[in-house]
Amino acid sequence: MLILECPCCGVKGEETEFHGGGEAHIKRFGPGSSEEEFHDYLFAKENPRGVHFERWRHVNGCGKWFHVARCTRTLEVFGSYSAQTTEPPQEIRDAITARRPGWRWREFS
Amino acid sequence: MSEAKSALPGARFDGIASVEEAGLNGMITLRGDLDDTALAKALREVTGCALPGPREVVMAGDKGAAWMSPDELLVMVPHGEAEAAVAALDAALGESHALAVNVSDARAVFDVRGSHAREVLGKLMPVDFSAAAFGPGQIRRSRMAQVPAAVWMTGEDAFRVVCFRSVAQYVFDLLKTAASEGGEVGLYA
Ligand SMILES: [Zn+2]
Repeated sequence: MLILECPCCGVKGEETEFHGGGEAHIKRFGPGSSEEEFHDYLFAKENPRGVHFERWRHVNGCGKWFHVARCTRTLEVFGSYSAQTTEPPQEIRDAITARRPGWRWREFS
Repeated sequence: MSEAKSALPGARFDGIASVEEAGLNGMITLRGDLDDTALAKALREVTGCALPGPREVVMAGDKGAAWMSPDELLVMVPHGEAEAAVAALDAALGESHALAVNVSDARAVFDVRGSHAREVLGKLMPVDFSAAAFGPGQIRRSRMAQVPAAVWMTGEDAFRVVCFRSVAQYVFDLLKTAASEGGEVGLYA
């Protein structure tokens, strides 16, 4: 079971109180982009075994979106943070490095 | 004007805890910047309540306010006063970027009371309802079986549950089942 802490309201709850919103930090390719870029934006997602960044919504609670860094292999959660950011903040990266030295995810490490 | 009616008038069940539909309650969704002093002032004017902090509920007589999210409060007044309270909030908020809406008739409210009340709720929600983790003055929004619900305490061993009116029967049946005679678990004993 995944235990998540919503950074918006401070509630620590189990997974079913939340709803997953897929991969985080996706750069949008819309009108004016190439077909390949648009295809990748829609369909080409990370599927890592280990460190992953995701969007979650506190759907049965405060209703807000936020980001979570977690491990897909162990369900360990490294931290949750604001949705109003385009990349993981340093303290989240440090928390991951402490547990998974040498980790990489897309352009982040 | 039509006569207002609560979701399940008079519905009541007595088991290891009592479950009772709480009748008509005035509820107003107030959205805005909770750091805006005009909002706190408007709330105090209309309800007599101070601005609740995160996950808190504040009561003043038959009025109250609950913190629902970083930009939302639930304002509680007697059902017949809800429209006037919305108008008073609007007037008090003036030019502030905020929204007050009467949602009274979109909600259903239940009271769960008794020494096993914590347990009844604990069976239905993924929430620690032990006295150490949850007490008066706190509000918890979460999931009750398959629907969203909010819970706070109105006294010792007394809980108020708010859900959408459309799922009132579902929630009453859930509470009834969880409060059935012989259903004690003893987790919080
Ligand atoms: Zn939340």
